[in-house]
Amino acid sequence: MAISVVMPRLSDTMEEGKILRWLKQEGDRVDGGEIIAEIQTDKADIEMEAFGSGTLRKILVRAGQSAPVGHLIGVIAEEDEDISTVLAPVAGVAGQTAKPAGPGAPTPASPTLQAVTAGRVKASPLAKRLAQAQGIDLSTVKGSGPGGRVIRRDLVAMIPSAAAVGQRAPLITARVAAMTPPTPSTAFEDRELSPMRRAIAKRVAQSMATVPHFYLTVEVAMDKATELREAMQIQTPDLKVTFTDIIIRAVVIGLARHPAMNASFMDDRIRVYSQVNIGIAVALEEGLINPVLRNCGAKSLVQIAREAKSLVERARALKLRPEEYAGATFTVSNLGMYEIEEFTAIINPPEAAILAIGRIQSKPVVVNGDVQIGQRMRMTLSCDHRAVDGATGATFLQEVKWLLEHPVHLILQPE
Amino acid sequence: MADERTFDLAVIGAGPGGYVASIRAAQLGMRVALVERDRLGGVCLNWGCIPTKALLQSAQVLSLMRRAGEFGIHTDNLRADFGIAVKRSREKAERLSKGIEFLMRKNKVALFSGEARLTSAKELEITGRDGKTSEGIRAERILLATGSRPRLLPDVTVDGEVVLTSTEAMLLNRVPASMIIIGAGAIGVEFADIYQAYGTAVTLVELLPTILPYEDEEITALLHRALIKKGIKILTNTSVERVTVEAGQAKVGVTSKGERQALLGETVLVAVGRLPNSEVGGLKELGVATKKGFVAVNEQMESSVAGIYAIGDLAGAPLLAHKASHDGIEAVEKMAKLDDVRSADPRRIPSCTYCSPQVASIGLTEAKAKVMGYTIRVGRFPFSASGMAMTLGETEGMVKVIADATHGEILGVHIIGAHATELIAEAGLAMAMEATPEEIAGSVHAHPTLSEAMGEAALAALGRAIHI
Ligand SMILES: Cc1cc2nc3c(=O)[nH]c(=O)nc-3n(C[C@H](O)[C@H](O)[C@H](O)COP(=O)(O)OP(=O)(O)OC[C@H]3O[C@@H](n4cnc5c(N)ncnc54)[C@H](O)[C@@H]3O)c2cc1C
Repeated sequence: MAISVVMPRLSDTMEEGKILRWLKQEGDRVDGGEIIAEIQTDKADIEMEAFGSGTLRKILVRAGQSAPVGHLIGVIAEEDEDISTVLAPVAGVAGQTAKPAGPGAPTPASPTLQAVTAGRVKASPLAKRLAQAQGIDLSTVKGSGPGGRVIRRDLVAMIPSAAAVGQRAPLITARVAAMTPPTPSTAFEDRELSPMRRAIAKRVAQSMATVPHFYLTVEVAMDKATELREAMQIQTPDLKVTFTDIIIRAVVIGLARHPAMNASFMDDRIRVYSQVNIGIAVALEEGLINPVLRNCGAKSLVQIAREAKSLVERARALKLRPEEYAGATFTVSNLGMYEIEEFTAIINPPEAAILAIGRIQSKPVVVNGDVQIGQRMRMTLSCDHRAVDGATGATFLQEVKWLLEHPVHLILQPE
Repeated sequence: MADERTFDLAVIGAGPGGYVASIRAAQLGMRVALVERDRLGGVCLNWGCIPTKALLQSAQVLSLMRRAGEFGIHTDNLRADFGIAVKRSREKAERLSKGIEFLMRKNKVALFSGEARLTSAKELEITGRDGKTSEGIRAERILLATGSRPRLLPDVTVDGEVVLTSTEAMLLNRVPASMIIIGAGAIGVEFADIYQAYGTAVTLVELLPTILPYEDEEITALLHRALIKKGIKILTNTSVERVTVEAGQAKVGVTSKGERQALLGETVLVAVGRLPNSEVGGLKELGVATKKGFVAVNEQMESSVAGIYAIGDLAGAPLLAHKASHDGIEAVEKMAKLDDVRSADPRRIPSCTYCSPQVASIGLTEAKAKVMGYTIRVGRFPFSASGMAMTLGETEGMVKVIADATHGEILGVHIIGAHATELIAEAGLAMAMEATPEEIAGSVHAHPTLSEAMGEAALAALGRAIHI
């Protein structure tokens, strides 16, 4: 079946796009997912991929020319297929460079939509809107709704971008989409990405790709910190001070003493923050979020515990305001409750480091030549090597370790 | 004739999950056995949805009578008999339960009365109500629909007099002078409304920052105000430390923002959620896996043991009767390998609270949509601008439509006010059909109706509301 290639909407504000170059010429074979052209929009130059396989039979808008969103720019079909019906709706305009008449002029109805009304394709209103925005000819889509109705899900499988779920990022993932799945016979199900999943994917990939990480691990004797926690639970039973709270307090003091760790690498300079804002990684069903405990330097352990409790509770109930999960200068991620011994965490740029906490274990330790049972915890600091060097990270980590092993310093006045 | 002890499907539990699954399976030609240890209809008909809605109706008639003067009707000597309200609620439950018995007979579902236990993945042992007699049946497949029960607080004993769960609270033979309700979810809020109408001094205690914590905050803020106006005392961000009974009185120790306080009441209602009935005999031995107590199931609703399925409250959130019924139909249709079986998208299951004003919602809250990264458009329309709401004397309320800004996908609809629980159906259909605010606004709503508010809220999301 013939596939209409139309100018896709690649950004919110895009009204027309210019073909920079065709990577395939008329008569070339194209496979679904293959990049066929480069398009310049108001925002960026973006590669466009084919939504189906066949031969590129016709190029209607040449390189260097522009066309409005939704306008037919090419046709992919079988080698000997009759494509006159696909070309018919635009026959009148095919010869001219399709430039909109000027601002405010109505965008010409897209051929996609004409095809829909002419061919009576069954599709949900949302699917129609998506198809129009993405320049997909609905008559080429197999519907999975009742009676073959095309629903959003069917299009999402074709659009390798965020656009399907309403996020703004355009189609830049062509190369990823071109990867082939493991073995063709493996059964699978494609799950749509939620915007949160997409944001996490983007952020972690970007971090790993652009931030040179190095990792430092230490083991900490948590016996005294455990005693402190128990004592505090008796003192303030309603509060239930957690190990995370205690570690945050140690990190805050550590950062005050080693401000170089409370920083961001900014290409041409390093910004050192005078305020300590700690992000707390919280796992959600939908993904993960880092609510931020602000201005921690001035807070006592009890205050930290109280605020963290409320933040984490609200984070789990998805009740945070956007400003409550932005602006951390350092993040603490604790997987101890999952019985993880130790792990490395990915830095949340622009922060310079993140501390990953493992579980506390009872294990035999040698104290003054005697074997005793001790409470041990391993924590791993990931650092952005552009902002800090090994020794800086190490002295900071040593400080945090010392504080956790001498926790009386955690309940002294905030410094 | 086929063996009377051998079936294609044995269903355990006759709640809205189990009995609906039984009917659908029978329609599809399966030989079905349904085992129930208590009453047909399960929690929903007997101890949940139906009796509470009947009591709420009495409470709402009473509240309306109190303001009858507004409509030019004088009600001197208004008297309310709570005993009759309870009796009426039991009659409704009874009637519906009888109706289910009829439906089972009509569909030739074999009923077994007693407690079921799995002796293998294909065999059940049913112990009769006397606890002595028992019989065995065999089935190709077993569907677990054993529902849930109230979650209790540690060290708190329910005595049915002072300390209550929802079950006892719907059977009281008196109107208590005061009631402390722990937990402001749907159940807690509904009972608060019932008892406050009958004159009980009600205090609602909630751990999270808002009542109905999973509803949209803008809606719950309006509800909060409405309930306070009626005289219900609400303590949010408050955790309960302990509950004791002293001299026939409940004493509830609570902490809020580090401050401790003791609340005293004639009764205390524990409404802190529900626990799945996953302790069915034999499940552990057969190795049926659970997740936080709920039976873990795959998309076929099948548990970790082949041939054993689970639905409804037992299979996890949302714990709602309509979800249980939908599960039941889906599970059975998938067993029968029907084409085109629709799974319920959990995001498109409406949730309703029948207090006054009512609250109903479907989809994402505004906060959740934002956290999930959507760019949204919100359309609101207050009942105070609705002609129908004005004639009804029900101007407290609003419709809120949340749509994705790029393509118009409807992400959530939230309604507070009279008949909200009926109005939400339009949003459910719109979402199921993947309509956008354009289509809601474009469908003609009759005038005057409350449903016009839905059309207007959709218009508002498009920036084109007329009456506001
Ligand atoms: C006070 C209250 C108000 C509610 N209001 C609403 C509402 O307005 N709307 C709504 O949607 N939901 C409401 N619910 C929730 C609703 O009642 C449940 O979601 C619904 O009943 C779940 O159905 P189910 O079939 O999963 O289980 P259930 O209805 O719990 O039925 C399970 C049945 O299994 C039986 N059973 C259990 N174990 C065995 C065994 N081993 N052998 C034999 N039988 C067994 C039980 O006796 C029970 O009858 C309310 C709940 C309560 C408590």
